[in-house]
Amino acid sequence: MGRIQVIFKRELASYFSTPIAAVFIVIFLMLSGAFTFYLGNYFARGQADLIPFFDFHPWLYLVLIPALAMRLWAEERRSGTIELLLTLPVTMWEAVLGKFLAAWCFTGVALAMTFPMWITVNLLGEPDNGVIFASYIGSLLMAGGFLSIGSCISALTKNQVIAFVVSVVICLGFILSGFPMVLDIFGWAPQFLLSAVSSFSFLAHFESISKGVLDLRDILYFFSLMAFWLFATVTVIDMKKAE
Amino acid sequence: MTTMVEIENLRKTFGPIVAVDGVSFSVGKGEVLGFLGPNGAGKSTTMKMITGFLTPTSGTVRVCGHDVQKEALAAKTRIGYLPEGAPAYHDMDMTPASFLTFIGEMRGFRGDTLKRSVSKTVEKVNLESVLDQPIETLSKGFKRRVGLAQAILHDPDVLVLDEPTDGLDPNQKHEVRTLIRAMAQEKAIILSTHILEEVHAVCSRAMIIAKGKVVFDGTPAEFEEQAPMHNTVLITVRGVETAIAQERFMTVTGVNKVEDLGKDGELVRLRIYPDEGQWTLPHISQFAREQGWDVQELYQDRGQLDDVFRLLTTPQQALS
Repeated sequence: MGRIQVIFKRELASYFSTPIAAVFIVIFLMLSGAFTFYLGNYFARGQADLIPFFDFHPWLYLVLIPALAMRLWAEERRSGTIELLLTLPVTMWEAVLGKFLAAWCFTGVALAMTFPMWITVNLLGEPDNGVIFASYIGSLLMAGGFLSIGSCISALTKNQVIAFVVSVVICLGFILSGFPMVLDIFGWAPQFLLSAVSSFSFLAHFESISKGVLDLRDILYFFSLMAFWLFATVTVIDMKKAE
Repeated sequence: MTTMVEIENLRKTFGPIVAVDGVSFSVGKGEVLGFLGPNGAGKSTTMKMITGFLTPTSGTVRVCGHDVQKEALAAKTRIGYLPEGAPAYHDMDMTPASFLTFIGEMRGFRGDTLKRSVSKTVEKVNLESVLDQPIETLSKGFKRRVGLAQAILHDPDVLVLDEPTDGLDPNQKHEVRTLIRAMAQEKAIILSTHILEEVHAVCSRAMIIAKGKVVFDGTPAEFEEQAPMHNTVLITVRGVETAIAQERFMTVTGVNKVEDLGKDGELVRLRIYPDEGQWTLPHISQFAREQGWDVQELYQDRGQLDDVFRLLTTPQQALS
């Protein structure tokens, strides 16, 4: 068992020892159910698929994941345990990765608990289970993307409220980066930059995975996004340790 | 004496503020170095650089031969560190037992070795009674002991303790000091404190830092000698004129100055300053007896450590 695993284990256990786990999972299940059936017109559509369910995931994550991520580093910094953790024989990468993976695994657990939805749709009709499986993978990857952003912002401040609000705004930017709302900000920019910005869109990549195509480019997109934000986390912690 | 910690020209700046300004010293095995200094003098910053938490602006720290920056992991395995305020994880179910297990696992202990080192440490710092209580609910004294326990769990060669007795009651302070003294033989210990008496109680060496610089480095006894009133003799005699007593005492060998501390009824109170390095108490005592004076009180003042501290750490006083 390496040091990443030791941190991972402790972090994951800490979610379940506090009300965070219960609150997060219950809210996630309730909202994803409510959105699917009421806003998504699950029954009225008369189609055996989970599109209305997965369509709301980016928006659910937008609120829930920054709430989960805000404590990652802000709490360590506030309570002073960051000094304890980083003077143990552990590298910054191991600490950042251990904490991130625990949070990601936790969202994976929450996501896995929506399995009754999958069973229901199979009872009602004959869905394309390959598409649903791909959508789950896509959703998990997207959750990882949101979390890595939250991790970095959480490292910037002691204040969890600030970490939450700033993360939500940045995540919103990533969700909407293919839309005029974000693109208009970059109105001055040359065309290649505009298409670069719009290619950052979570929605576009998530939607293409949700169609059932596990394209390597989409998977690579999410992993490089995570790598980038985790690298930023390491840098931020290193810079702001003294405060 | 084996050198365990070597610090060379250590400097740390935060923007325009110079927190630590060219500090150099080394600490050997068996030494307990007490860091003294006003708040904001750079004690904690220096300790944070020794433990590798902060990166120095310039200068090097070597722990057991390992550069803390370049060979961070090797150095960190040799250090035990109690950060200021003894932080610990306050998750609801985090108990001293689970906390120490986590620290042990991070330090690479597994299975039986892990269990043995945890139980040995728990015994050392007397944590048995609260082992399974949430850390959150423990008293300050116990929390501090948990902090100490995590620092000594892996039996490190170098121990860095940032204000280990701060905020504890006198009994708890005594316990922590006893523990530190018990470990002193085997390790190099660096601790910071605000309590000057603590230097006497546990340290073999005192270092005073002011404005990021070392202004004093020596034994606690040498530290005491810096006191302006050190080795002065206080005497109270009855039935003599102040002026006469003053004049006569001046004739005693080794006396430099006799100060009148004011009359209290029949009692004349004087403070007698010796010449540099002179031991005047026996002469004064004998002289008073020979004169046939009625001595009510006679003792040698060791000097106030607080005075030395102020003298060394405030620039105005140092000039006067």
